[in-house]
Amino acid sequence: MSSQSILVVGGGFSGISAALEAAEVGHEVFIVEKTAFLGGRVAQLNKYFPKLCPPSCGLEIQFQRIRNNKLVKVFTLAEVVGISGSAGNYQVKIRIKPRHVNPGSADLSGLAASLSKDLPNDFDFGLGSRKALHMDMPFAFPNRYVLDKDACSPEDLKKLGACEVVNLDDADKEITLDVGAVVLATGWKPYDVTKLTNLGAGNIPNCITNMQMERLAAAFGPTKGAIVRPSDGAAPKSVAFVQCAGSRDENHLNYCSYICCMASLKQAAYVRERHPEARITIFYIDLRTPGRYDNFAKKILSDPKIKIVKGKVAAAVEDPGTGNVVLTVENAVSGLKSDETFELAVLATGMQPSLAGEKLPFDVAVDEMGFVIGGDEKGIHAAGCAKIPLDVMKSAQSATGAALKAIQTVIGR
Amino acid sequence: MAEKIGVYIDQSGVGPLLNAEELAEFVKNKFGGATPVVKTHPRLASEDGRALIKADVDAGGLDGVLVCGSSPRVDWDIFDFPGVLVERVNLREQCAMCYQNPDGSLPAAGGPLPKDLKVMAEDYLRMGVVKLQKMKAPTPDIPETTKRILVLGGGWTGLTSALNAAAAGYDVLLVEQAEALGGWAAKMYKSIPKSYPYTTAEDTGIQQKIKAVTANPRISVATSTALVQLTGAPGNYEAKLAGPKGEETTKVGAVVLATGWVEQDKKYLEPLGYGKFKNVVTSMEFETMVAKGGLSRPGGGTAKSVAFLVDVNLCTAAAAAPAETPAAPAAPAPEAKKPEEKKEGEAAETTFVYPDMESCKHMSYSSELSSLVALKQAGYVVEKDASAVAYIFYDHMMVPGINERYYKAAQDKPGVMLTKGLITDIREDADKGLIISAKDTLLGELIEIKADLVVVPTAMVPVTAHEPTINLNYRQGPAFPDLPLFDGFVDSNYICFPYETRRTGIYAAGCVRQPMTMGTAETDAAGATLKAIQCLASLNRGMAVHPRSGDMSFPVFNFVRCTQCKRCTEECPFGALDDDPKGTPMPNPTRCRRCGTCMGACPERVISFDNYNIDQIGTMIKQIEVPPDMKADGPRALVLVCENDAYPALDMAAMRGHTWSPYVRFIPVRCLGSVNTIWIADAMSRGMDGVLLLGCRYGDDYQCHFVKGSELCNRRMANVAESLNRLGVEPERVLQEQVAIDEYDQVPAIIDRFMDAIIKIGPNPFKGY
Repeated sequence: MSSQSILVVGGGFSGISAALEAAEVGHEVFIVEKTAFLGGRVAQLNKYFPKLCPPSCGLEIQFQRIRNNKLVKVFTLAEVVGISGSAGNYQVKIRIKPRHVNPGSADLSGLAASLSKDLPNDFDFGLGSRKALHMDMPFAFPNRYVLDKDACSPEDLKKLGACEVVNLDDADKEITLDVGAVVLATGWKPYDVTKLTNLGAGNIPNCITNMQMERLAAAFGPTKGAIVRPSDGAAPKSVAFVQCAGSRDENHLNYCSYICCMASLKQAAYVRERHPEARITIFYIDLRTPGRYDNFAKKILSDPKIKIVKGKVAAAVEDPGTGNVVLTVENAVSGLKSDETFELAVLATGMQPSLAGEKLPFDVAVDEMGFVIGGDEKGIHAAGCAKIPLDVMKSAQSATGAALKAIQTVIGR
Repeated sequence: MAEKIGVYIDQSGVGPLLNAEELAEFVKNKFGGATPVVKTHPRLASEDGRALIKADVDAGGLDGVLVCGSSPRVDWDIFDFPGVLVERVNLREQCAMCYQNPDGSLPAAGGPLPKDLKVMAEDYLRMGVVKLQKMKAPTPDIPETTKRILVLGGGWTGLTSALNAAAAGYDVLLVEQAEALGGWAAKMYKSIPKSYPYTTAEDTGIQQKIKAVTANPRISVATSTALVQLTGAPGNYEAKLAGPKGEETTKVGAVVLATGWVEQDKKYLEPLGYGKFKNVVTSMEFETMVAKGGLSRPGGGTAKSVAFLVDVNLCTAAAAAPAETPAAPAAPAPEAKKPEEKKEGEAAETTFVYPDMESCKHMSYSSELSSLVALKQAGYVVEKDASAVAYIFYDHMMVPGINERYYKAAQDKPGVMLTKGLITDIREDADKGLIISAKDTLLGELIEIKADLVVVPTAMVPVTAHEPTINLNYRQGPAFPDLPLFDGFVDSNYICFPYETRRTGIYAAGCVRQPMTMGTAETDAAGATLKAIQCLASLNRGMAVHPRSGDMSFPVFNFVRCTQCKRCTEECPFGALDDDPKGTPMPNPTRCRRCGTCMGACPERVISFDNYNIDQIGTMIKQIEVPPDMKADGPRALVLVCENDAYPALDMAAMRGHTWSPYVRFIPVRCLGSVNTIWIADAMSRGMDGVLLLGCRYGDDYQCHFVKGSELCNRRMANVAESLNRLGVEPERVLQEQVAIDEYDQVPAIIDRFMDAIIKIGPNPFKGY
């Protein structure tokens, strides 16, 4: 039997958008999200370019739309493990990992804080720590803690077991969904900084990635929004942005990651706002600020404390005495090579499709980098950064288009 | 009107200081028979708590459920009881959690219940009950509609949109002004790559698309036809068209605006020698030249070397400094006449002046296309003549994203030479070739290169920079209202919502929205088509579209008391209200987004929603107990909170451990635009000492979900201040503050600062009257 329902794989901005756009036409939609909360990469950002507005504003609207639409069903901690059937008639097997916390928005902050172990916080890219019982953002959706049970000490488990909201017996579940079409909105991950050996491979404390910068700048980040050096907590007086860290490089990513130039300009604005004395240098190959983003670029670059240098950074090393970062820069115009020292360096690491290096549960073609390049003929439609590198606005556009493709598939044309 | 309300109080939400049982007793004593069921539960937001309420609902006898505990932003899935009105009292985040003693200290855990906390909780409970009593389940207004979609523009984007709508089961009317379909794409030799591997220029595919459209039984095509006027509202538009057979009117439900772009005035290209030297052509001219055959120059002979100038700094500099070069365009000209906003009190139809929004900026906005087209056309040069060379000079090679691969492929092409460089001069030599001087290049500090032909970029200007295009027969005028903010593009100011503009039912796609490639336009066309379909599907269910998607309420007008002041018709951010010759508003519910700005604007208070109205909020305000002695029992302030961003920020502030003055009482509103000044008068006449309004940012980078709500509210506040002054009340008692959703760590200080100021001013002189 054919199904009018649509499966959306990925609960980031593209996935949520595709799901809602289809649901508001009248289709039942299932969102399957791997992590415990919706929001994806957008939830980790401090502000958007070019408006410098908070991403959680748009997410809140999306969550409100989900609350008001019973056709949208959300599964978190869930992954597609198998699929059978064909366009218009798919059976998709979903595995749901245990959350260990019962429904309801119980405030477990006190219980969480009382747990003994501090674990590295993936959400903050290792900059802070978290407890095994955690909620990653204040606007979490669902607004429900998640317990990493395997990371608990026996004493902690005892304590947790005593809380009536915690369910230590919660176990893996498997369900099967009948859907007519699939939207693949699996998004992106930051390029693995450890592969950038010439740029410190993530071993220089004051040489952070652009996504770490977002976490530092965010009010709900590890420093509550203070942009400081990870090594000593000092306010940096000089900050370098190293563009194309992995992108536009045949040895790493053979494309441009679309957002990094605008992101660095935006982050330069963060730094200038909080540290008015700091001087900023952006090392770039081309400054890619397409369309009306030109206005934003011009505004940021009119600041005399922000300098741009056309040139690739060949190397980054730590000055052991000060923790400063020494960059070896090849100026593309003058041809000169020089060493320049900064108190903080930000690597504009690119975006890599989340599917890169992953085994796909779907039979769709991906390119050598992991971007989805097929599937439409099977009723499996890629959206957002699963397909090509995009910014949030273009991802929303792509997701809306993919929602229509999915609807066309399920109604059978 | 809920008359039999079940009240449920969550101990886990109100504890540890407040006692649910005591609060339940309070409600019983206060409301008696109006609240026949009052129950408590140790943890209401649970399966068990839900079962408790559900059993009462199923037993009948209740028409309203009041859940007192966690914020309405959470646990909505648990407290979902179809068939009865459900309202939430946020006693957790916005009462118990954020409570601090008047001196700023925190109450001791396990200590006695602070008096001020008890008073606050009781205020909120009373407000919750009367809110339900003053609320009706909205009965949706389902109009008779037509499902046909009008696609305006028969170029690449419009054709794609038409095919997409048809494939989704919708009838389409495709209107194209020109004689033939195809637009710019039909004039092109090739397109930049639209799909993997993104390395080679490809056939545009426009002819197949035209064929598919003309063969599709769902699509009717009208060429040589213009849209003269669009009257009506989504689901029910009448499109007046002028075609070869004269004028005709036809019904359509929603519109995809795909009218595309026109070439920028070539005067902006003069600094690069265009118009002065014969062998300097625009990229569009070059495209048609190649499509027709070869590389023959306008000035005679065949080009063996072609230079593509992507760097346009000479042009932008000339435009920025008009005094120096009289030939250069004067930027202020288009800005001079700016009366786009309606004229006060005057009928719009006689005075509408459309500001021309084209400027040199469109050259910068077209940067991505200029770069990609140069790469593509450099490829033409070597394709047509293997011994020819192509040079590309760029400041920034603007090829973000996947098209880096196309750039790389061009770099690897023999005969194509690319360099960064700033063009400093261009002059003609004896054989009509051009000598290009450039500095800061990768080939040397200063270089000169000779080329037989020079190609300068064609910048894209949206047609809406010159004319309204959509020609709406709306009281607020024929065009999209925010165009000057986007230099003429019919774009959205919302990063998250690229299709949301201030005109419901009309969705722009392609280069009229932003400069974009054909590949992107294809996706964009699908997206805009979906929004048009969604709008029709929503209004057929009586539901609002973004951002209050699914809302079935709509503004109801009591025309008997309307004084034809026109405020609602002028202020509606979405142009939902027209008016008749006498000035009586004529609502168009399917244009409406349910923000309530009209309700806030109305001085006669004749506009209401079933579940949100003047009386409801006014009655809630009257439930706030105001102690007669401010010195003894503290001041009171009403805080009207925008439910979109400020309200979540307050929730999050409390969740993050912030506390603030116990003397404020929050009432959420749909948008600050919906705030009627009578509520402020109500609060002040009750003896409240201040009113604080928390809403979204306004200005060019507005975050208001209804575009203009917070800004309009701010304008109204000026009048409020004046009225207060007249009454001898300090205008500082009423304050609007802008709060972004992530300012949860700042909002407590905003509240406390306001309360400190109120305490300093002293008690409201009307207190006790």
